[in-house]
Amino acid sequence: MTNLVEISNLTIRFTGDRTIHAVNDLSLSLGEGEVLGLLGESGSGKSVTLRALMRLLPKKRAQISGSIAVLGQEVLAMDDETLSAFRGQTVSMIFQEPALALDPVYTIGRQIAETVMRHEGKSEREAVARALEMLEVVRIPSAKRRLDSYPHEMSGGMRQRAMIALALACKPKILLADEPTTALDATVQIQILLLLRELQREFGMSVIFVTHDIGVAIEICDRVAVMYAGQIVERGALRDIVRTPVHPYAKGLLASTIHGARRGERLGTIPGTPPSLDRAPSSCSFAPRCGLAQPRCSEGLPASVEIAPGHLARCVLAGPAMAAS
Amino acid sequence: MMTEANLPADMLEPVADVGGIAQPLLQVKGLTKHFPVRGGLFSPQKTVRAVDNLSFAVMKGETVGIVGESGCGKSTTARLLMHLMPRDGGDIVYDGMQVGRSLSLRELRRGMQMVFQDSYASLNPRLTIEESIAFGPKVHGMADGAARTLARELLGKVGLRPETFANRYPHEISGGQRQRVNIARALALSPRLVILDEAVSALDKSVEAQVLNLLADLKREFGLTYLFISHDLNVVRYISDRVLVMYLGEVVELGPVDAVWDAPAHPYTRALLAAMPSSVPDRRTEVPPISGDPPNPIDPPSGCRFHTRCPFAEPVCANDTPKLGDLDTMGHQAACYMAVPGSGHSRAPAKARGDDAA
Repeated sequence: MTNLVEISNLTIRFTGDRTIHAVNDLSLSLGEGEVLGLLGESGSGKSVTLRALMRLLPKKRAQISGSIAVLGQEVLAMDDETLSAFRGQTVSMIFQEPALALDPVYTIGRQIAETVMRHEGKSEREAVARALEMLEVVRIPSAKRRLDSYPHEMSGGMRQRAMIALALACKPKILLADEPTTALDATVQIQILLLLRELQREFGMSVIFVTHDIGVAIEICDRVAVMYAGQIVERGALRDIVRTPVHPYAKGLLASTIHGARRGERLGTIPGTPPSLDRAPSSCSFAPRCGLAQPRCSEGLPASVEIAPGHLARCVLAGPAMAAS
Repeated sequence: MMTEANLPADMLEPVADVGGIAQPLLQVKGLTKHFPVRGGLFSPQKTVRAVDNLSFAVMKGETVGIVGESGCGKSTTARLLMHLMPRDGGDIVYDGMQVGRSLSLRELRRGMQMVFQDSYASLNPRLTIEESIAFGPKVHGMADGAARTLARELLGKVGLRPETFANRYPHEISGGQRQRVNIARALALSPRLVILDEAVSALDKSVEAQVLNLLADLKREFGLTYLFISHDLNVVRYISDRVLVMYLGEVVELGPVDAVWDAPAHPYTRALLAAMPSSVPDRRTEVPPISGDPPNPIDPPSGCRFHTRCPFAEPVCANDTPKLGDLDTMGHQAACYMAVPGSGHSRAPAKARGDDAA
């Protein structure tokens, strides 16, 4: 299997009044037709990683080092012209808040058609036909009428469908999804998740799906990478991460989601709060909150250990024997 | 572990328990709130029927959950109960006392406090945390020094070291810590009922679990009653004894949590439960339980408000509004014609013998 995306040693820091080490030496790959979940809490660097992939971070304030290769091309080295051809056509993105991501002064149909004309050089008539086709693909009812709707005339779920239609209009190879269902109601969220799952298969896309919700990851991801303080602490097949998490943070995160916890029972928690990102980590970032911390945890950065094929954890306690237990 | 022994003696006296254990702490009857919305220049004025004829009771010491999607009126209900906005109709009775007649608004606010979703917006940015917590007790006549001592005591109760946090400002602490401060502030007036409006929804999962554990501890220690509003069914099931399911301003089902979860009677409740993401990788959801978005609460559908999305809707559902009816003797009720014997819906149970005579 060839890798569409190959991120190696990505480090991102934001400068300004204070320096924030948002992503620290992160390496990640995305295979063809694969749905990879980036799972983590706020401030873990998952959205920043996603934005870096499309070079959406503010140029002046973000220092990016390392390498991001998409289809063999180095994204960090692209000039503006290459970049604007790359965005939307090779990689496109859907966001949490479609009301903010869509342009309020153009109709939905206009926005989709413009993208198609810009990237594929189609005539306006062909582009509008594609826009209509895309609205039907994402199952917006009475699509023809909706072409002329403005974003504010649509409900939240409908707007999210429209944004998906816009993102997929040029049939990108890779779709980046930044918490696209978080702002939606439960009954709408599941509809959008199932739609994304279906479209991913139909279009043969690869997807990176950022979420903080394990339930959502379970519904859509093949592989999961758990992030903490700008690093991937554990990654592997979804099943392995859900059933046999190895890293104490991943374990804690799973224990603190209350799927089926009984009333009166205390919930498993992770004590303390996430670390400030003022300094680059020189040892395990999770050690101060970890119940199993040892002196060697604060001596150096633990290496990523392969516990089973494809299942890696960045913890001194991780060993090949652990997967069996 | 926290004990009652180290409570300062000078906490405000809680509002006295008047009615005894059998008297519900809160009774709501026919609560209604309609918001007018301006139409176009010549179009008629429309109304959002945010809360429509809502009735329920909260017993002393129990936790009642309210679930529903956005626009179903759950937050409006909370604000109406706190008297943060005037209601258009209905009665709110606190411990047997009619608010506005035998109980003043000032006394009600002592007995009933609220924690909001946005932990930052609900704290005054210019007050230190200690000042924010001490503010309420001072308004109710406590001396400054005593109120500050109480504030520090309460900070300890919610798991924040007073020496570290008392003099900080809201922007200097994390979201989870701020929500603990909001809880401490709500407790400063020794209320008996605390309304938690999406109080843990904005928190990260690991922090959410910490705050839920804290709420359970505080409930036991202070003998609190909670009204817990959330869109997260997992959280509501975990924390509540009884639950109300709301749809477009109306209660469609209510009852003990386990009864509602194990045998949901209203098709909306069933859809809501089926919409929860799976927790088992091999058992993913394959078919969405319902299609479409919740309709606009401006001019909601006639009859049963759910009939436009309901897979079992029949003509009777569009013509008449079903009332909440008992499903058992344990207080499980649903407002659906499929649960009412002899309602004319083809899926309704047959009328039991003897009903005709009654």
